[in-house]
Amino acid sequence: MKLEPIVGRYAHIGKHRIYFEEAGQGIPLLCLHTAGSDGRQFRAVLNDSSITKSYRVITFDMPWHGKSSPPAGWQNEDYRLTTGSYTAMIMEFARELGLERPVIMGCSIGGRIVLDLALKHAKELRALIGLQTGAYVERYYDPSWLDHPEVHGGRACGAVAYGLMSPLSPAPEVWETVWHYMQGGPGVFTGDLYFYQVEGDIRGRIGEIDTKVCPLYCLTGEYDYSASPRDTEAAVARIAGSKFTVMKGLGHFPMSENPEAFLGYLRPVLDEIRQTARS
Amino acid sequence: MQRAIERVDELVNRDPAIVRWGRRMSETFMVEVGDTQFLLTVRDGRIEKLEKGPFTQRSWSFAIRASRDSWAKFWQKPPAPGWHDLFALLRRGDVKFEGDQRVLMAYLQYVKLVLAAPRNA
Repeated sequence: MKLEPIVGRYAHIGKHRIYFEEAGQGIPLLCLHTAGSDGRQFRAVLNDSSITKSYRVITFDMPWHGKSSPPAGWQNEDYRLTTGSYTAMIMEFARELGLERPVIMGCSIGGRIVLDLALKHAKELRALIGLQTGAYVERYYDPSWLDHPEVHGGRACGAVAYGLMSPLSPAPEVWETVWHYMQGGPGVFTGDLYFYQVEGDIRGRIGEIDTKVCPLYCLTGEYDYSASPRDTEAAVARIAGSKFTVMKGLGHFPMSENPEAFLGYLRPVLDEIRQTARS
Repeated sequence: MQRAIERVDELVNRDPAIVRWGRRMSETFMVEVGDTQFLLTVRDGRIEKLEKGPFTQRSWSFAIRASRDSWAKFWQKPPAPGWHDLFALLRRGDVKFEGDQRVLMAYLQYVKLVLAAPRNA
């Protein structure tokens, strides 16, 4: 039997019972999963000993996602993520766990929210890493079909996620990423996309981000058409000092669709952050 | 690769991994490659009938229309970024979905696999 070093626990924060996993010791690295999925996406990062020897890697399932159930009364309202609720959730989780100036890495909606964190919480953070970051994604399909009683939500969400991945990524990892999407609760992916495609337009403010206070690294998979390299390029062009790398052959879920290739891009970034912290 | 759409029935029906995704599907849908129309009649995940237009007064549940050039890029193996998925074409405005979107979304994974099958011709 092989035991992974990852440990999972539940934290009671406000009205939520939040499931989180962690591994390693050192600089806190908080990982934010994509819309409609959960923290399992970061398994390869939590299992990478070259990272966990210097980083305490933590990921939590947002309420409504993974093993974090919705709060009491969920049956009476639509789930909708907003910039305010998302930012507050991340910062409260970091505070409650006593994470001192964490590095925060988010993908997709997580890659979007790091721009808000850069604007509002830069002084409390050591560095930000945006995966598949864009300042805004315009709606190009109707997400209400992902939450419709006559369409199987798991199958539809899975099929949407499937296409966002690279045709070059290994099949087992691609299909596990699809599986995570198939397990999402009804309306959760759509509720997250409300933030991503409607409310969370940050295009007008990203020029104010000061990377001297908190460095910003952006990594984008070239096969992503939701937050494409061109979208990330447009954002970083307006943020002085931000760093951008296109990840060849990867799609929208780099950490889970092709973990080995992704780690090859992530490790040098984490090394640089660690060295900057020392000097 | 372009011609492979003309034997997409064979490419799908010989692949049980694709057929299983459409197991509950019995519908007819249209695929338009430039000005050439195809009607695919699916029964229990197998493409029972593949017909090439022109058609007069035929019914279908949904239609997927794109230019000859867009499909050629979509059917490359491997396809280039931005040309690799039906929704990638949608994002770039290079494909049109018409008709009953409920049916298309209910069988989206199957439809994606069927339309990508010519890559393996």
